[in-house]
Amino acid sequence: MVDAVIQGIDARAPARKRSSLRKAMQRKSTVAFLMALPLILLIALLVIYPAFYSLHLATLNKSMERFVGLSNFTFLFKRETFWMVVQQSCIFAVTAVIFKALIGFIVAHFVHNIPSKGQRKWRGMLLVPWVIPPAMSCLAWLWLFDPSYSAFNWIFALFGIGPVSWTGDTNWARFSVILINIWIGAPFFMIMYLAALKSVPEQLYEAAEIDGANWWQRIWYVTLPMMRNIIAITALFSLIVTFANFDIVRIITAGGPIDTTHVFATWSFWLGIQGGDIPLGACVSLFMVPILAVAATFILRDINRRGSEV
Amino acid sequence: MAVATVASSSAASRPKYGSMSRDRTWALRWSYFFLVLFAIFFLLPPVYMIITSLKTSNEISAATSPWWVYHPTLENYTGLLTSPEYLTFFRNSALVSVFVVTLTMLISVPAAFALSRMRFWGSATLATGVFLTYLIPETLLFLPLFKMFAMFKEATDIELINRWWVLLILYPTLTVPFCTWIMIGYFASIPKELDEAALIDGASWMQTLTKIFIPVALPGLIAATIFAFTVSWAQFLYPLAFTTSVDQLVLPVGIITSLVKADVYNWGQIMTGALLGAAPPLIIYAFLMDYYIAGLTAGATKG
Repeated sequence: MVDAVIQGIDARAPARKRSSLRKAMQRKSTVAFLMALPLILLIALLVIYPAFYSLHLATLNKSMERFVGLSNFTFLFKRETFWMVVQQSCIFAVTAVIFKALIGFIVAHFVHNIPSKGQRKWRGMLLVPWVIPPAMSCLAWLWLFDPSYSAFNWIFALFGIGPVSWTGDTNWARFSVILINIWIGAPFFMIMYLAALKSVPEQLYEAAEIDGANWWQRIWYVTLPMMRNIIAITALFSLIVTFANFDIVRIITAGGPIDTTHVFATWSFWLGIQGGDIPLGACVSLFMVPILAVAATFILRDINRRGSEV
Repeated sequence: MAVATVASSSAASRPKYGSMSRDRTWALRWSYFFLVLFAIFFLLPPVYMIITSLKTSNEISAATSPWWVYHPTLENYTGLLTSPEYLTFFRNSALVSVFVVTLTMLISVPAAFALSRMRFWGSATLATGVFLTYLIPETLLFLPLFKMFAMFKEATDIELINRWWVLLILYPTLTVPFCTWIMIGYFASIPKELDEAALIDGASWMQTLTKIFIPVALPGLIAATIFAFTVSWAQFLYPLAFTTSVDQLVLPVGIITSLVKADVYNWGQIMTGALLGAAPPLIIYAFLMDYYIAGLTAGATKG
């Protein structure tokens, strides 16, 4: 469709300029620009423009007719729910990323330890949570957490542990959504760290072993320094995605009990789409920008450094 | 001298060799033990989905063990696969994914080629920009996009909201930046001599792309295609915000909004629906695991 538009514009160019136009069309940079044009248009119209448009939206009143300056922001600052959402988003993202990285690192080591013949099979099995669409696996978790038929509570009851209110109690609900996020994300960390582990030269371990390093020292002085880059970049990526996560909280608790599990994304959806106050929702989602910007800066620095090394 | 020392030390440590290999065996056993534990943790929900999907509603609400199927039945599967509603969700999902994958490839492969091989003014900045847009989450964009589409309707009288094909406009914003990014990487790894030879032989840029680059970078192309498919199959926020009528829904939203009727959860059917909905990405993963993982590690993907 975009191409058709471009051709239309070209055809309308004055006829006497045609020969120079044809020459320009054959120039390498022109061809390249035209090939990248759909991408440029897509990014400009559907990513950059809406991103800035949300800045404008955040300064309008609920019916989006009147400019109200920063009063949406001051309104948010006065609401207790807002601060709870800020706190919960940070707890959610930081805890989940730390545990994902930790579990990913440990599992990657175990997979790396076993004979390489079986590694493929284990790796394939352990990545399944990442492959299932999150909305589908969240339904399975929702059913595992069902207030009256929870299969976990059934097991706990065998040991005489009382029924846990997985999604009904604030602390348990916060735990549940983080647990699911870890379940979905840890396999991804595992794959990344496994790839990194494979790239550490075996001689380094042998040298460390000859020097009398125990397993802990081998990890601390050989593995971690060698994997530092990939650990950092995977964690930063994950931080961005986890911070902006929507599916899990939306399906498992929908923000409840009493808004205590809302994160930025679900709360802005709740205010903007369900509550019909798009400016306020846009305002809430804008609070994700600072942390995303910081993480993106670090990632970009790393990518550029790697790019200049090559 | 040094050699002699090494030789003597290895001779001295020979008796210890047995204990070291015993250590290794134990390390191996522990590895397997923990791997089994983690596998149970990671596979529990999907397995439980299968268990529940084979039960009748009566058995689900009975006091028997939830972890075992006493009277397996396929009625949930036959029920869903003959329900026009569910088949509509499936069709919508399939249509959206296929179109989005095609669109993504048509946009990102030429763009990646242009950015990696044919420099033009601002191309380096654009490559970085592509990567940055990939970092912008959809949760930041859905509200302004919603408002933009509503205004588009006022201006042109074309309704975009609550049409399944609106997703064809939205999903490429998620797939194109990443696919372009990893295709740039794959194209950049192709030796320059190859396209120079093609150009000397009189191939146009388009021919260089279709006859040289695409065949050589085919593994990357497959990885990008898989990525685009799984993202568009799994996307939840956009369809939830932009589509509401039952006949316009895609699978993830359809299962959640229509199978959960009021407060009556028919868990057998929900689990079956979710399982069937998770099947296409799982099947692709099972057959193309190496490409899937290559795509995952190529661009330091979202996690």
